[in-house]
Amino acid sequence: MPDNTQKPVLAIRDLRVAFGDRRHATEVLHGISMHIRAGEKVALVGESGSGKSVTVRLAMGLLQDQKRTHVAGHIWFDGIDAAKGGPEVARRRGNRVAMIFQDPTSALNPTFKIRGQFRDVLRSGDRSISKADADRRAEAALAEVSIPDPKRALDSYAFQLSGGMNQRVMIAMALANRPQLLIADEPGTALDVTVQAQTLKLMHEMTERTGTSVLLISHNLGVVREFADRVYVIYRGRIVEHGTTAQLFHDPRHPYTRALLAAIPKISGGGLPDLPERSPDFENPLIVHEGCGEPTEAFA
Amino acid sequence: MTRDMSAPILELDHLGKVFAADGHSVTALDDVSIAFERGECHAIVGESGSGKTTLANMVLGLLGATSGEIRFNGKPLGRSRTRDQKRAIQLVQQNPLSALNPRRSVGASIRLPLDVHGLGRASERNGRVASLLEEVGLEAAHARRSPRGLSGGQRQRIAIARALACEPELLVLDEPTSALDVLVQARVLQLLQRLREERGLTYLFITHDLAVVRAIADRVSVFQKGRLVETGPVEAIFSDPKSAYTRELIGAIPVVTEAEAALRAEIRAGTDVPAGAE
Repeated sequence: MPDNTQKPVLAIRDLRVAFGDRRHATEVLHGISMHIRAGEKVALVGESGSGKSVTVRLAMGLLQDQKRTHVAGHIWFDGIDAAKGGPEVARRRGNRVAMIFQDPTSALNPTFKIRGQFRDVLRSGDRSISKADADRRAEAALAEVSIPDPKRALDSYAFQLSGGMNQRVMIAMALANRPQLLIADEPGTALDVTVQAQTLKLMHEMTERTGTSVLLISHNLGVVREFADRVYVIYRGRIVEHGTTAQLFHDPRHPYTRALLAAIPKISGGGLPDLPERSPDFENPLIVHEGCGEPTEAFA
Repeated sequence: MTRDMSAPILELDHLGKVFAADGHSVTALDDVSIAFERGECHAIVGESGSGKTTLANMVLGLLGATSGEIRFNGKPLGRSRTRDQKRAIQLVQQNPLSALNPRRSVGASIRLPLDVHGLGRASERNGRVASLLEEVGLEAAHARRSPRGLSGGQRQRIAIARALACEPELLVLDEPTSALDVLVQARVLQLLQRLREERGLTYLFITHDLAVVRAIADRVSVFQKGRLVETGPVEAIFSDPKSAYTRELIGAIPVVTEAEAALRAEIRAGTDVPAGAE
């Protein structure tokens, strides 16, 4: 449940991003504000081109230092403003904030066994960790995500494991250093539905156990409904609706959110989904549901 | 043409496919028999490794059968086909960007099958391309464009127009909307529905998305590891799935409404019934 008094783990304030040179820059994010509190699972939903991935890359500190990228606004995380970029942001990446990708098999390095990749992850959290200790911790972490034979998995290459196994390995690695924030970008979209359901369940259980906050990026409203506590809907670089998952699915108020929900075929029947035209109404101002306003505490 | 319109357009008769290499063999399709009615949208559902793609490749003539037979309009259909048989079965793929040649204009891509099959007079073919573009909701002017500059939905419409160019009877649709955003997917599904009604097409619709199946298909066949586990009218599969695997598939779908969640819970509850107890 949202608690407005608790300090957010991640707070994005009026974030604007433009690509291009000074004279011909195209703004792709037009002032995004969002926050995630400790232990909260927050979803960012939108279509391709809406700005989901740009927002996430900025939160990970992956875009700030690129050429022809202009960032304005704030990304408060772990006591610093990551919007400015720099080595401090890179240091926190992979350690205080971790990420899970859409296709686990291509996210893992095909030329190294899982063991070596896991050691690297653990070493980024603790430079002095011994190989033996790292292997012991890796084995325990894999056992925790219900990998049947952790030793054998560590001695495998990613391509020797199934997509579902690789996704479990990714989750174990991502949470190995107990990050404050886990960013999951379309997790399991590349996997079969039954495996995707298992992955989401596992991610839910694991982050509950570790108290890790999650930012879920998805175009799949079904996945969002199953997983998230709160939802932000993003359309063309702007947040258009924000509320708890229950509020948003029970009483969607923004025309764009309504169109998205209407366009999804339903297993309960009803024939072909409605045909929402793109409408100027989609540009309507942000709707914030009750109890989902700005946190009261200052960030920094 | 004299043809029994009530006879199935496509029959799979005890179809089997075994891939063998280096002493190993994998059974990709195991004794599958399905009859596709003329004009129906028949969905093929299953997870990766279920044999969906092998089945599509065999229907398209890209793979031969190890056992059994495919019949199209009552005649056996092997790998070597008449020009007419090739023309009658067309494919729409999942990713329209890789399905369209980026070096070729949209018009040239749609015209190619007309040239290959010698359909219509050469002087009339560009007009034919224009009317196909309009039929799928685009404009004649799109013919001059490159597919690279178009959106995913527009590209998929072009792939559909190209498939329609040869006046097919059967379209093999391989996950035609799973790479599209939901608003675009809704419109492409609507287009496919309209084209089927107007042209009397039969669809072999491969998908992993059971909600799409419910929205557009008449019948569905569920595959698991190369075996046909269940086949029947869509309504029946959702109201009373017979196999535990179908229930598991429906039970895993992420849903957005309370009505869906209720249906799913009901189907999930059925999963606990031990096999043979029904």
